[in-house]
Amino acid sequence: MATHATPLADWLVILPVLLCLGGGALLLVLRRAPAWQPWLCLAILFGVLAVDGLLLARILASGPVSMTMGRWLPPFGISFTADAMGVLFATMSALVAVAVVLSLLGEAPESAVRDGVYPLLLLLMAGVGGAFLTGDLFNLYVWFEVMLIASFGLVVLAGNPLQLDAAVKYGIVNLVATTLFLMALGLLYGALGTLNMADIIGAAGKADRLVLTVIAGLFALAFAIKAAVFPVNAWLPASYHTPPAPISALLGGVLTKVGVYALLRVLALLPTERAMLSPAITAVAIATMLLGPLSAIAETNLRRAVGFLLIGGIGIAITGAATAGAVPGAIVYVGQSILVMAALYLVAGLIERATGTTDTREMGGLYAASSRLSIMFFALVLAIAGVPPFLGFWPKLLLLQGLIGAGDWLLALSLLLSSLLTLIAGARLWSFVFWHPRHAPLLRPPSYAPAILLVGTVLLLGVAPNLLIGIGMVAAHDLADPARYVVAVGLAP
Amino acid sequence: MEAALSLLVGLFVASAIYLILSRALVRVLLGIVLLGNGVNLLIFVAGRLTRGAPPIVPKGANVPAGAFANPLPQALILTAIVIGFALFAFLAVLAFRAYQAMDADDTDHMRLAEPEAQPQPPLEY
Amino acid sequence: MNTLIFRTTAPIIAVVTCTFSLILLLRGHNDPGGGFIAGLLAASAAIVLGMALGVGTVRRLLRVNPIAIAGAGVLLAAASGAVSAFAGAPYLTGLWLPLHVFGTPGLFDIGVYLTVFGTVTAIALALEDGGEGA
Repeated sequence: MATHATPLADWLVILPVLLCLGGGALLLVLRRAPAWQPWLCLAILFGVLAVDGLLLARILASGPVSMTMGRWLPPFGISFTADAMGVLFATMSALVAVAVVLSLLGEAPESAVRDGVYPLLLLLMAGVGGAFLTGDLFNLYVWFEVMLIASFGLVVLAGNPLQLDAAVKYGIVNLVATTLFLMALGLLYGALGTLNMADIIGAAGKADRLVLTVIAGLFALAFAIKAAVFPVNAWLPASYHTPPAPISALLGGVLTKVGVYALLRVLALLPTERAMLSPAITAVAIATMLLGPLSAIAETNLRRAVGFLLIGGIGIAITGAATAGAVPGAIVYVGQSILVMAALYLVAGLIERATGTTDTREMGGLYAASSRLSIMFFALVLAIAGVPPFLGFWPKLLLLQGLIGAGDWLLALSLLLSSLLTLIAGARLWSFVFWHPRHAPLLRPPSYAPAILLVGTVLLLGVAPNLLIGIGMVAAHDLADPARYVVAVGLAP
Repeated sequence: MEAALSLLVGLFVASAIYLILSRALVRVLLGIVLLGNGVNLLIFVAGRLTRGAPPIVPKGANVPAGAFANPLPQALILTAIVIGFALFAFLAVLAFRAYQAMDADDTDHMRLAEPEAQPQPPLEY
Repeated sequence: MNTLIFRTTAPIIAVVTCTFSLILLLRGHNDPGGGFIAGLLAASAAIVLGMALGVGTVRRLLRVNPIAIAGAGVLLAAASGAVSAFAGAPYLTGLWLPLHVFGTPGLFDIGVYLTVFGTVTAIALALEDGGEGA
């Protein structure tokens, strides 16, 4: 039993989860006071954002922070361990959640509030925060399931048949994925006798390599389904376009990235096995990053097309799991992609509201009516494609540097081709939505403020990317050389 | 004993996959339950099978007396059962609602979110 | 389900089950038992009542919506772990009153009890209701 006192500052590690979980529960109790719910939810999310910011500052100053629950000694108790990668993603997710709540404020239907959109949102954020900050693999599974339950609720919210259809597919495929994750966990526990991430790093060297490679492959498959990587991505375009747009933004921006995070994290714990799996991951990464934007070109439903662009981005992000050199670029890419994809879903939702349709062939002429929307959409397309002063350029530059440095020309060329295809897909969407002749009258557009908040952040980070790149470098360093991480948990390196 | 139980796990998972590949939603749900149980059994076997007393510390002692069963896999399984139960309950309600809304329990007829005759996008810019 | 025998005995079954669930909850403090199974047992009482007397009656008897009960349970469980902040210990550390009469693990267990009872009752009542209001 650990006897030394825990400084209150260490509670920063658990606070993002605790605030969301407690806040969500409080909102459930206060379900009779719907007028209070959005404001309370917003206050809690601002609190989470502040805590994440403080945690990030502390990690950048003095390395990973850890707390093991209930005075147990580290490999036995459940550790929460925050390093730069997890906290960067958690911060971005909290920012997205704030924008999502702001956009729900104006347009959430009364039935959605009655069904508990705000408590579910906070529960989802508790799961997301827990997944990004936990230092224990079984605990990661628990947070995955918390996210899954909350996201089920959010997908069926208000419950029209379209959403029920989507939720059935989303639910079953994702439940199978988490069950595969659990299976891999059981096998890993059987092989190593521990599920504490820091302890796995030390224990993995002594186990049978072949067994561990099979287990790592099972983990990779489970997380690939969660992240919507190519051969197992069909659930995403079948479901993410059906809930209200702010919910789509939250799911599309944050949830798939948790899968990518878990893939990067778990394969970083087993570097030898990652090298064995590298050819397979490279193949699916290339397929995903090319087929995503190609499918977006062939899609006529706006938010489904955005979903395919999202899948293309996932392909780029998982190059970090294929080659060690691509890890810094992949981390920065995932961090910015959370913001950019959420913003794109929000803007797509605004477009659908303004035109009253989801079909890009029936849109058009929006340019004359709303220049702000067209500028935001265009800036986001450029940010996703990675055109220089915009945000997506910097991680792609890092990725190219890493890939070419490692001599991985195939991935590097695919990345460039994927960016070109993304640009073509985005430009086509833009011209359909904004330039083509208009046949029907425009509807009253809802509030732009939340989308402007996210797009503004994207533009700002695009012209001043040093902070993001710096965090990505620290995160990649800690991932490649986990000595600081292991010591922070309290184990011998 | 481990070998026999491992075969049983394989049988569970194989039957589960057979059921999940079915088009009827109810069978898919049953398959998911079976898969969850197979995985729970797998964790149990992975934690090594030991004949021993329950790991409960008697009054006045600090450790359980004699050989005791490994409690960690059981804790993991208990957590997984609870979570699996919650998710299955949710999916059951969902499937029921979907059946009411779409009058279909055959996944081939559930094509609202992905219409079958997807129109081609315009070829020009 | 609507026989006279069932309608007459259901309240008695429910009372016995609820009492036993409370015993299990308190026993879990130091012996096998605890919040989870006790919560399931209490929920089964609500389910039996729902089958016998109708879902509306059970909702009226509960006074509070089961989802709100589950929320209160999560809140209590989360808060019971946070008490250890005042003792300079990590989250979820068990703290006890003098003589070990009661401590934060007990609070946590009551939270689990309420959560399980609320969630299971809510889902079961929604199913008995014919899928409305789930």
